[in-house]
This record gives sequence, C-alpha cells and structure tokens, in this order.
Amino acid sequence: MTLATPSPLVSSSAPTRKEASRARGKRPVERDKRRSSVLTIILWMTLAYFLLPLVWLFLSSTKTNGDLFSTFGLWFGQTFALFDNVGQLFTFQDGIFVRWMGNTALYAITSAVGAALLATMCGYALAKYVFKGRSFVFALILGAVMVPLTALAIPTYLLFSAANLVDTPWAIILPSLVSPFGVYLIRVYAADAVDDSLIEAARIDGAGEFRIFTTIASRLLAPGIVTVLLFALVSTWNNYFLPLIMLNNPALFPATVGLAQWQQAATGGGGAQVLFSTVLTGSFVSIIPLVVAFLFLQRYWQSGLSTGGVKG
Amino acid sequence: MSAAPPLRRTPPSRASSASARRSTIRRPQLFAAWALIVPFLIVFAAMFLVPLGYAGYLSTFTSQLVGGEVFSGLANYSRALQDPSFWAGLGRVAMFLFVQVPIMLVIALFIALALDTGRVKGGKFVRLAIFVPYAVPGVVATLMWGYLYGTDSGLIAQLFRAVGLDAPTLLSPQNILGSTMNIVSWEFIGYNMIVLYAALRSVPTEMYEAAEIDGAGAWRTAWSIKIPAIRPAIMLTIIFSVIGSFQLFNEPNLLYSIAPNAIGSDFSPNLYAYNVAFKNQDINYAAAIAFLLGFLIMIISYVVQLATARKERLS
Repeated sequence: MTLATPSPLVSSSAPTRKEASRARGKRPVERDKRRSSVLTIILWMTLAYFLLPLVWLFLSSTKTNGDLFSTFGLWFGQTFALFDNVGQLFTFQDGIFVRWMGNTALYAITSAVGAALLATMCGYALAKYVFKGRSFVFALILGAVMVPLTALAIPTYLLFSAANLVDTPWAIILPSLVSPFGVYLIRVYAADAVDDSLIEAARIDGAGEFRIFTTIASRLLAPGIVTVLLFALVSTWNNYFLPLIMLNNPALFPATVGLAQWQQAATGGGGAQVLFSTVLTGSFVSIIPLVVAFLFLQRYWQSGLSTGGVKG
Repeated sequence: MSAAPPLRRTPPSRASSASARRSTIRRPQLFAAWALIVPFLIVFAAMFLVPLGYAGYLSTFTSQLVGGEVFSGLANYSRALQDPSFWAGLGRVAMFLFVQVPIMLVIALFIALALDTGRVKGGKFVRLAIFVPYAVPGVVATLMWGYLYGTDSGLIAQLFRAVGLDAPTLLSPQNILGSTMNIVSWEFIGYNMIVLYAALRSVPTEMYEAAEIDGAGAWRTAWSIKIPAIRPAIMLTIIFSVIGSFQLFNEPNLLYSIAPNAIGSDFSPNLYAYNVAFKNQDINYAAAIAFLLGFLIMIISYVVQLATARKERLS
C-alpha cells in the first residue's frame, strides 16, 4: 500500500482494507500475488496513449526547428539541440519566458496558499461547531461548486475593469482565492479526522478555540489541507481563460498565456518570428514543476482525495 | 506523517456527542465559529456573488447606438435562445455530454477497478503514469496534440504512412470535434481514475470477502459490490465532467490558430461568450450568455443528482 498516512476516512466500525490486512497478516498479500497477465497487458498498453505524447514532447525539445518536421517523432533528430533550445528559450525576447514562469509561480502559490487557508478555516468551523445558519452557509457553498468558474470570468472582468484592477496580478489572484470545493472537502475530512472528544479535552485543559484550531486541528487536517493546496495550485497554474481576459501587459503573463501567444505567432508567421522548437521546448519546461510536485506529494493528495469521493 | 492514530481507538458515538455539544455551545465557540467562516465568506461574496449579481444586472440592458445603455428586460435572453450560434455551441456540448463523458468515465472506472484488484504488475507506476496528464496545462496539451494531429508531418500521420495508409485529416471540420474530445479525455481520464480508485480503496474488505465465499467472480464482485459502493464518487466525477464540458474553451481557442476553417467563433458556448464580449464588444449580451450557461449547468447537475438519488432508493 502506498498511502503511508493512516487514513482517518472511514470512522465506522467496519475496518478498511488496510486495517484488515494489518489484523489478518498474510492473507491479502497472498491475494495480491495472484497477478493477472491479461489485465497487466491491457493496462500497460494504455500507458502508450498517456505517455507517448509526453515522450514526443521531450524528444521534440531536443530537435532543431528543421528536424522537428523532417524526422520521425518518436526518435531523436539529426542534431541533439536540447541545450541550444533551452538557451534560446531563456534568452528569447530578453528572457521573457523566465518572467512568465515566475509569474505563474507567484500567482499559483499565492492563490493556493490563500485558498487553502480560507477553505480550511471555513470547512473546519462548518464541521465542528453547531450554530444557527450553519446549514444555510454550507448549502450556499455547495451550490457554488456547481457554478463554472469560466461563466464567472466575464462578469468578474467587467467588475474588475470598473475597479481598475484589470491588468494587475490581483486580477488573477483574487478570483482564485475562492475554492468552494476545498471548503466541502475540508468539512468532510474534518468530520472524521478531528475527534470531538479531543476538542473537548483540550477545552477542559484550558485551550482557547483558536489555539485548538492552530495547534491540534490543523495538524490532524494536514493531508486534507495538502490536497486542497495542490489542487488549487494546479487550477491556477494551468489557468488560461482568466489571465487571457484580465491581462494585456506581456510582462504580467503566466506561462500558459505566453506560450499560447508564441504558438499563434509561430503558426501565423507574422513579424515577431518565433521558432516552433522554442514553443515546444517552453511547453516541456513549463510542465516539469507540477509533474514533480505531484509525484513527490502523492501520499498526501491520494489520501486526501479519497475523502471527497467516498462521502460525496 | 502520522495523522490520527491517538484518536482512532475511541469510535465517536456521534449522536450523543453532538447533542452534548449543542447544549454546551458557549459564547466563545460561537465567536470562533464565525471568525473562522467570515474571511472565506467575504472573499466568496466579493468574487462570486457580486460578479454573479452584476452579470445578472448587466444582462438586462442593451447598448444602442443612440442613447447608450437602455433597460431591456429579458430581451438578451430571448435573443440568446434564438441565436443559432448559441445553440450550435450547446449542441457540441451535448455531444460531449453524451459521447465524451461516458467514454472517459467508463475507461477511468475500468482502470480504477483493474488497479484495485491488485493483480496488475507495476500497478503503482501505472496509476501515477496515467495521472500525469492531469498536471499538464490544457494549453500545453492542446498545443502538443495539435502538432501530433498535423496532416503533413504530425506523429499520427507518420505512423499511418509507415504502415502504408493514408494520413487521417484530424483537423478537418468533420473530425475536429472528435479530435477535441480526445484531448479532453487524455487530460482527465487519469484524474477521474484517481478519484474512483481512492474511493475503491476505502470500501470495507468484508463486503468482498462475503462475495468471494459465495463464489462471485471478479467481474461479478466489481459490478454488484464495488460499483454500488462507490456510487457517490462516481456521481462526483459525472458532475465535474458535466461542468467541465460546459466550460470548454482552451482547446477550441488554441486549435483555432492551426485549424481556422474547422473551428468557428461559436465552437463552444464559452468561446462564443468570449468572442461576443471581446471581439464584438457586446458586454450585455455576453453577460446574458454567461448567466444562462451557469443556470443550465445548475439544472443539469441537479437532474444528475436527482436521477442518482432515485436509483439509490430503487435498489
């Protein structure tokens, strides 16, 4: 099992598979030993579909602009030009690509931290305090999960242009701070992960409500918080529509909007000549940070995700 | 990270602790609850409710050459409902809902069930590898597939020619919808698979063991026990896919630059709203389209939930 965190997800009397395997020793391991070659072959074949495009992208970033279109896509070209391409990428138009990656990181990290903080506070309070208006607030937030963010983007643009916030970093960060699904996830997670009797015990020991939240609850909620953080990070990192309509100044672009503009310049063949090899190398470089983050943080988000799904 | 162990041993007896809490709720707790909730609510109101209200307000006006903006009631909405471009986009979204979403979710469910049996060699690697495309931005995915689709020197054309076949025209007007569906599926099969897989891992083992003792095969167990057990997770993936289909924008907007003849300004409702707002400068009409879209999605999500709830009651 890869989920290193003991999952506090199913608090009912029925043990999860993991607990069962711990209790009963070898039996489930024996079951795992019975490999199915048919399933193995089918699944490994589907990997071609998911991974070959990315292999192609890597190989393309090692080719010269000419080789890109004249050599076979799934092998190296005549010359190995990866370092030339990367050099070209980082110096093209005074190194604006570095700036775009910096912007992406700034927008994504600020929004993700803010969104996770707001969602954790709100979700925890909705799960652990009984008060008047609680179900109304929760219903309101749950309804908001259904509203597509892009349907909101144009109205938000109109509002921001009235408030002179268009073409500033705030135009990207502020709308990304709202994560109704994050609130929902933390609420469900907190219901099981933070035991009421523990809160009571802390109260009897004289701990204030905020101390309980910052020292006890936040620690128990960590896998849920990482999940919300990571998914908020992805949605801002990968966002294209919002920055496309909000920003005009290329110095403020995130990598998605910048690369799309380069791609259009490359296909259009207009005045500012952008090479296809530069666009593809930029695409490859821009996906590395997120893929690495997901692989390294997998044990957190995988356990956090199961909550939202099970109790949904 | 060892998160919970100390608390696990005492299973919370929910009803009693909840009622005890209700009777002992005190002032500082009430204050703490609202203090934790209010920051989110403020941002939520400013970034969610206000824009929504503002869009509703704007959508009831029409700008005219003479006299500027004039209140026009629901005129923009009846205009949208009679607009062939709006319906053309909705038609393509419907194709997504009835073709792409089922295919994507069935594949995701199949992979999740296969991995959950634990009989796949290198299952952990397979799981992560299939998930990786989710971390790739839609812009990069579209750009990449655009090159792969290219009729002259794209990878798919190269492979077809290598075995002596004619290269398919994946960017032609007839095929562009299918090509777009493929990009979206590539991006999201892994995400849906992980959600379903995570749900499968938390189903109590006893349910399988009873079935195994009764002699149920792997397929039977999957169909009669595992799938019903993760119905909430399946519903979650359906609703998110429905919302995703209505939001379709990145893929057609980027494919436009390489296949301008195949993708018009109204390929998806969202793309149409964008073009109305920023190319035609008709803000009021765009607001009406955005509002109508949000309304449609809420209705459809509600219907999906209702249908699932009824099925649950019947079974």
